[in-house]
Amino acid sequence: MQTKAAVKKNKPSGNAKGGFGGWLKFQLHDWAKALKRDYDVYLLILPVVVYFVIFAYIPMYGIQIAFKNYSPALGFADSPWVGLDHLTRFINSLYFGRVIKNTLIMSVYSLIISIPAPVILALLFNEVRTKRLRVTMQAISYAPNFISTVVMVSMIIMFLTPQTGFVDSILRVFGYSAEQSIINEPSAFYHLYVWTGVWQGMGWSSVIYSAAIEGVPVDMYEAARLDGASKLKQIWYITIPSISPTIIILAIMAIGNVLNIGYEKVFLMQTSLNLTSSEIISTYVYKSGLQQAQYSFSTMVGLFNNVINFIILIIANSIAKRVSETSLW
Amino acid sequence: MSKKNNQIQLAASDKIFRGVALVILAFVMVIIIYPIWFVLVASFTNPLEIYQNAFLFWPKEFNFESYKLVFRDQDFITGFINSILYTLVGTTLNVVMNICGAYPLSKRNFKGKTFFTLMFTFTMFFSGGLIPTYLVVDALGLRNTFWAIIIPSAVGMYNIIIMRTYFQSRIPLELEEAAKVDGCTNFRLLLQIVLPLSVPIIAVIALYYGVGRWNDYFSAMIYITNRKLYPLQLVLREILLQNQASDMMDVVSDSGYSDRMMARLGLKYAVIVVSTVPIFVIYPLVQKFFAKGVMVGAIKG
Repeated sequence: MQTKAAVKKNKPSGNAKGGFGGWLKFQLHDWAKALKRDYDVYLLILPVVVYFVIFAYIPMYGIQIAFKNYSPALGFADSPWVGLDHLTRFINSLYFGRVIKNTLIMSVYSLIISIPAPVILALLFNEVRTKRLRVTMQAISYAPNFISTVVMVSMIIMFLTPQTGFVDSILRVFGYSAEQSIINEPSAFYHLYVWTGVWQGMGWSSVIYSAAIEGVPVDMYEAARLDGASKLKQIWYITIPSISPTIIILAIMAIGNVLNIGYEKVFLMQTSLNLTSSEIISTYVYKSGLQQAQYSFSTMVGLFNNVINFIILIIANSIAKRVSETSLW
Repeated sequence: MSKKNNQIQLAASDKIFRGVALVILAFVMVIIIYPIWFVLVASFTNPLEIYQNAFLFWPKEFNFESYKLVFRDQDFITGFINSILYTLVGTTLNVVMNICGAYPLSKRNFKGKTFFTLMFTFTMFFSGGLIPTYLVVDALGLRNTFWAIIIPSAVGMYNIIIMRTYFQSRIPLELEEAAKVDGCTNFRLLLQIVLPLSVPIIAVIALYYGVGRWNDYFSAMIYITNRKLYPLQLVLREILLQNQASDMMDVVSDSGYSDRMMARLGLKYAVIVVSTVPIFVIYPLVQKFFAKGVMVGAIKG
């Protein structure tokens, strides 16, 4: 890299004048200088660039097989084109309505619950004056975050097992009477997915809001107290507006990932009896793609998911920009 | 006078508010702790008790049978060792790559910074998806090798951003310039000045990646079919989630069934504890860095 930089440097160094050619020369010269000065920084970033090219951009290039009939022998580029056949097949398939509905319901439901929950928890933590107690409670609330998906789902299933699961016993006190576990109940699946997610993630997500709340200047509260603002009013008019940029950024990120819901968890929570509620786009991609080896078809399904996701992200960002002047870009 | 009265009223209402907040928090804490506590107690309990009592608070007598079963399970031990290797090697690679990505992007005048930032950030929001990624890994011949778990998740832009922000806000520009004047190369600057100043963020990032590695089952499920390479989470999945059907099959034929069933239940709880303990051991060691590490990186990012 060093020698390349040296060679480039020997080229005549044009100035910005002289049209495109001059501009190009100027740019090259500039790059040569940068390469020479910071060659070690470029060496550092090289493996990361290579990684993203191989494991992010080549797969993106491979998305073209969604419009082709992929054959392993021919590879991404040479497989024959079939246009939108796979998309039509997906839209006309029995599963289309079901997986779209489940994906949308579960993602919207979990957004509505999981965005405010950690904010509320952080506000509650803020009311604990004894620092030690607060720190202990926070540490406890982080714990579920470290439990693996496999363990989390098996805990859900074990606790819901009739006879031995304590959550099942509680449910029965409140009138659940079916013989089987409620995990098999399609009507309960959304709630199970979302609320166990809150149990697991709420504490950890609250960390960032707690930090933001600590950053709110104390004299604002003092001034408000002198003006006779109650605690609730202080929270509503001082704390929440102060931390709202953090909330909005995290909310946009969450909304941008709206359709990438925790398929690893959903996949493990699926039983043959709850599939009408639990089959989502990504688990469908896995099953049709890797278990049944319909590579092109499931790439199309995945692309469909990805594109909608991206559009939602852009919309969410532009709304946030208009409403609050906080946005990702 | 009325203002003073007002303040007194205010103080009273604040007290009520705080009281309500504490009650709600206490309730939340119970909901968070009890399931974890239940698993812990159940693992030390004679499985018969789990059948007899809906709620467990303390084992009647400590029973280690379930743990003996765990450590006799060869698959579990292989998985445990594999997962330690995956986690150590994988996390090391993650942290090194993360530094390689974050340090250049944190430099003030690094030509191409915007380009690289855009290139990396785009991958946070758009990806090739499961199948094309799988086909690339397959084409590279990684499938069913140790590296199939390690390499495809070598680094993530989210963590790069956190670390970059930390570098930018914690390493003073003057320090960098002084080092430059002394003829220090960027690389030496990184090794001798930036990294020693960044221990908190490195610890936190390592924890993020490490927990992700230890808990990952999906990439192994996709890329690994050789049982000798199974990570712990895949073994757990078999023990905890997949054997239910076969358990029910041999109900009729067998008189020792209920005993086996009970032993199985105890085993499940013990397996959960043993597989989760490593994370809960490491977490407190890293926790003291959180205040310094995450907050700076995360909020400004």
